[in-house]
Amino acid sequence: MNLRRFFLIAVPYLWLGALFLVPFVIVLKIALSDIALSIPPYTPQLDLSAGWEGVRSFFADLDFENFTFLTTDDLYWKAYLSSLQIALISTFVTLLVGYPMAYGMARAASEWRPTLLMLVILPFWTSFLIRIYAWMGILSNEGLLNQFLLWTGLISEPLTILNTNLAVYIGIVYAYLPFMILPIYAALEKMDDSLLEAAEDLGCSRVTAFWLVTIPLSKSGIIAGCFLVFIPAIGEFVIPSLLGGSGTLMIGKVLWEEFFSNRDWPVASAVAIILLLILIIPIILFQRNEQKQREAEG
Amino acid sequence: MKRFSWFNATTLTLGFAFLYLPMVILVIYSFNESKLVTVWAGFSTKWYGELLRNQEFLDAAWVTLRVAVFSSTIATILGTMAATVLVRSGRFMGRTLFSGMIYAPLVMPEVITGLSLLLLFIGIGLDRGVFTIVLAHTTFSMCYVSVVVSSRLSSFDRSLEEAALDLGCSPFAAFRLVTLPIIAPAVISGWLLAFTLSLDDLVIASFTTGPSATTLPIKIFSAVRLGVSPEINALSTLMIAIVTVGVITTSLITKRASVAQQRDEQAAARAT
Amino acid sequence: MSQTIFAPWDDPNEKPLIQFKGVTKRFGDFTAIDNLNIDIFEREFFALLGPSGCGKTTLMRMLAGFENPTSGSILLAGQDIVPVPPNKRAVNMMFQSYALFPHLSVWDNIAFGLRRGNASKDEIADRVEEMLRLTRLSKFAKRKPHQISGGQRQRVALARSLAKAPKLLLLDEPLGALDAKLRQDTQFELMDIQEKTGTTFVIVTHDQEEAMTVASRVAVMDEGRLIQVATPSVIYEAPETVYVADFIGDVNIIEGTASQSGDKVEITWAEGEMPIRGTTAKTFAPGQTCHFAIRPEKVTITTERPDSANMLQGRVIDIAYLGNLSTYHVKLPNGTMMKAQTANTRRLANRGITWEDDVWLSFTDTAGVLLER
Repeated sequence: MNLRRFFLIAVPYLWLGALFLVPFVIVLKIALSDIALSIPPYTPQLDLSAGWEGVRSFFADLDFENFTFLTTDDLYWKAYLSSLQIALISTFVTLLVGYPMAYGMARAASEWRPTLLMLVILPFWTSFLIRIYAWMGILSNEGLLNQFLLWTGLISEPLTILNTNLAVYIGIVYAYLPFMILPIYAALEKMDDSLLEAAEDLGCSRVTAFWLVTIPLSKSGIIAGCFLVFIPAIGEFVIPSLLGGSGTLMIGKVLWEEFFSNRDWPVASAVAIILLLILIIPIILFQRNEQKQREAEG
Repeated sequence: MKRFSWFNATTLTLGFAFLYLPMVILVIYSFNESKLVTVWAGFSTKWYGELLRNQEFLDAAWVTLRVAVFSSTIATILGTMAATVLVRSGRFMGRTLFSGMIYAPLVMPEVITGLSLLLLFIGIGLDRGVFTIVLAHTTFSMCYVSVVVSSRLSSFDRSLEEAALDLGCSPFAAFRLVTLPIIAPAVISGWLLAFTLSLDDLVIASFTTGPSATTLPIKIFSAVRLGVSPEINALSTLMIAIVTVGVITTSLITKRASVAQQRDEQAAARAT
Repeated sequence: MSQTIFAPWDDPNEKPLIQFKGVTKRFGDFTAIDNLNIDIFEREFFALLGPSGCGKTTLMRMLAGFENPTSGSILLAGQDIVPVPPNKRAVNMMFQSYALFPHLSVWDNIAFGLRRGNASKDEIADRVEEMLRLTRLSKFAKRKPHQISGGQRQRVALARSLAKAPKLLLLDEPLGALDAKLRQDTQFELMDIQEKTGTTFVIVTHDQEEAMTVASRVAVMDEGRLIQVATPSVIYEAPETVYVADFIGDVNIIEGTASQSGDKVEITWAEGEMPIRGTTAKTFAPGQTCHFAIRPEKVTITTERPDSANMLQGRVIDIAYLGNLSTYHVKLPNGTMMKAQTANTRRLANRGITWEDDVWLSFTDTAGVLLER
């Protein structure tokens, strides 16, 4: 019985420890190392054969040089700031698009709701890459959007959208819209309609009832949705590299290039560590919101 | 009374158009005769033929499929174990660390997960290829599986397991004969989720693969970086079609099952 | 034909089937069961009765093996079962939620426990059919639990837990999910099945009427302790404490000081009121505080002055009409409220007492019981 329990805990524990925790410590270690022209391309290497002396000299050679480097080269902090800005703006736009949709779904006739819900979830099962790729053909200079706008006569010259930040915004909103809709829909769907009737009975207009009753009751859904968009958007790589241009600075892309193009592992690791530090605050806030919601539901 | 106005109807129409038009356009243009993807030159299925003759794509698809089957299966086993630990095992040493390791990969940027795993594989001198991608995919998708399964387990009526023990089952037999059949839908959706995540993944696979194994997303990514191509359109259409058929079938099956269940319950209530 | 009364608890030669010896169960700081001793005998229908949180469910779960006592021992037929895991105990349980396996048919649910043993296929089939007949479920054998009604589910749960012919069957609020009418029928069915199978039943309930109806003995519990263990009639007619008197049925409690002579006691309880005369086998010190408990149906209400050992005058404040019975709430001059109950043997129009009437309440000197606490 106890052996069984030990086995049950130990197997997933060891797996995650070996393939999640240990790699993480390695990233931290390499972030504190220096780039070198060797294989692997960094120093110091931990030399266990040298015994205790090896361990000591290993720790003595670790430093925060890469982190200092990140602050001196403005590419990095610009990339962090621009990632934050892109994530914030696109989260806000996703909320503006997603809330009315979630609201419309929650108001729809009950026999329609499962179908609508499936329509929101379906894109989630479809390849992310393909969904982003689909926009390349639409947003390019000869793309369908420009053809359409030229045809309507709204513009006379094709607009450059692909390879700009605008395309990145569109991509993020499009890709993460379901993550915004689902939690808000879940919150709105639970809401009792008689609450709105009670508010109107007590003298609210429809609009004030919406502001005073519907919005506060869907608050936890809004918060959850915003975090679910914001957190992955910051570290996004596929969208900026397919839809964004050379001027689009996002930290996921910087990390990728630092690693694959410059082969500077220590700096890439330092970039990763800082990205994580930035993410910790929204992640903790998100967890707290989830916790509160669970408690409210008992 | 639900208030469903023209406003809601318009929002939903526009919203779903936004969600689906890009994919519909992609599908339509995959049947375009022309090599130029923006000009319609008549209906043709020639790009599908091209695609099927492209050995590189076929190889990549085969690699992806193998990775997805292996990683999602291992992830489902590990994830179900982890869910059981989370929901059932009460307190033990390092429980906080354990649940932290389950939830962290869900919010961890893929670039970091990929980078850290790659550094591990290099560090221990593991040859990169299908095996390392399977390890990487299993690690993050087991966390998704365990979230799906543990939400089902926590609403599971514990007295069912107790009844099985009471009737003479060993704890393991109780899990196999009672718990598992009842949570099976959650375990299956966990597997499907892990499978899709693995099929989809570009970033982590790029980090953890070696020259010997190229997955479909890596192949697609390197192709589309150069621009839109009709072959990729055809490939995308196939993938969209498979997913759509799959999702619609599953939802029809579950809907039929729930309708049947409702009918039975009403009949049972009348029989009382 | 003479039938001996079933009362093994009075026979010193009888060996109890179950013995709790100094059992204590703590959950952290909370003491669920506090140094408890009980003997339960074979073929008994034993009811654990008490409010929620009194420890009755914990007691039952310890019998089933889902909880282990913090200290003390539990004996089944003389053997300590504390170290035995639930799947190895000759004890079966019927769960409050029924815990029917939703993925198995009625037949398979009942066969589930039998298949864990090494019975042959035929033996299992015979036993299942027998259980189906016993619980009148033969028609529903192929159905799944969600395809049958609540009452039928309850019977499946019973059949499943009885199938292995346990020495002891535990029933956790077995009728809690049924509506009032079905509940009554099922109570008699349970008693019938208990008698037919000769199994020892231990039932947990918070419904005092249910406990009184089905049980051979009732244990009233509060805060992890046994307050009184006795037959239903003793519990009702001769409660040992105010708690038991108050928990079971309706009661009037009057607090006063006792002065005893022989088995007669006079209770002085209010200024300007006659002392209440009662009978007791206990001894009360002169001037000792005591409680006089009397059931409303033992209090007679009249408009004329009656001739009885105890007579009180008061005014009708409220009448609760229950159809077969009426309960009168009478206010005495010092403000005490007394309840008196009469059977409505006549039609409404013929009854003389109504609101604001001045009435007499009377009862004999053996009608009530004297309690120390």
